[in-house]
Amino acid sequence: MSGISVGSSLLIIFVIAALTIGARVFPYAVFSRGGKTPEIIAYIGNILPPAVMIMLVVYCLKDVSPMKWPHGIPEFVSAAAVALLYKFTKNILIAMVGGTVLYMVLIQFVFAA
Amino acid sequence: MKEALKKAFPVTIPIMLGYVPLGMGFGLIMAQAGYNALWAFLSAVAIYSGTGQYMSVNFLATGAPLLEIVLIIVILNTRMMFYGLTFLSRFSGMGWKKWYLVYTMSDETYAVLCTVKAPEGIDDKNFMFCITMLNQIYWVTGCVVGALFGTMLNIDITGVDFMMTALFIVLCMDQWKKARSHQPFWIGLCCSILSIVAFGPKNFMIPALAAILACLVIRRKSIEKRQVDGEDGT
Repeated sequence: MSGISVGSSLLIIFVIAALTIGARVFPYAVFSRGGKTPEIIAYIGNILPPAVMIMLVVYCLKDVSPMKWPHGIPEFVSAAAVALLYKFTKNILIAMVGGTVLYMVLIQFVFAA
Repeated sequence: MKEALKKAFPVTIPIMLGYVPLGMGFGLIMAQAGYNALWAFLSAVAIYSGTGQYMSVNFLATGAPLLEIVLIIVILNTRMMFYGLTFLSRFSGMGWKKWYLVYTMSDETYAVLCTVKAPEGIDDKNFMFCITMLNQIYWVTGCVVGALFGTMLNIDITGVDFMMTALFIVLCMDQWKKARSHQPFWIGLCCSILSIVAFGPKNFMIPALAAILACLVIRRKSIEKRQVDGEDGT
């Protein structure tokens, strides 16, 4: 294993699991009793997913630096490939695997350091 | 229940095609980091979250401080807190099945349950239960198989983590198609990028989320005008 002990590994996994379950249970624990969900909370629940989804795309690409070689070209090209593949095939698998394989080829061979 | 399972299966096929390779991607990365299939299984069952599990490999590999892990995971999970809001009324009165559905809520299960209704003659509760259970089976299987492959094959899998980026791009496009108002996307994009510029890539998430929430609340009137058919009003 990568330097850390079995105990630490277990701890990390269970902390993440506990936090994740906590997040899933949270709305039921807080809003189930009072009957009605506050309007503003319902609004945010509906509208937040698209905003957070795009934030997660940015999160995945946050370490790409346009100033340094290869200027984020592999990421940009692969992301565009994912979007185009998904648009035209409507198939999640083709889009994800296609884009990822392209990315692996680009960084391992084409843009290899 | 058998009927519900039969009707639920076709609905979950796209999820299977996404979950198995994505789970395998996680298994491969785990194997690369020196964790075998048992670890992948444990992580998949206990965490059952793509983002959480992919992130966990970073943490395991670097032995990140617990406080940092807690903070990042809480932020990543805020969207799950809000997923629950959609189903407050639809899940009520389901007994133990409700808690299974709560525990296994994921981006994809959320998306499917939001858009699919039980067909004529099928109990909606059993239908949702079957969809969710199938999704979990796909995911756990993918994770374990990936880890098994990863420890057996000796190929260079650098870049396989792009799978996560690809997943979010696809999910984004789905949301875009469904949304009446596209303002939340622009808000999310601008707040994230500005936050990276201002706070750097390491610390951008908290300020970005705060800014997104503030913008969504400020722009509420204009967004709601177009968002007429919200999934759940109460």
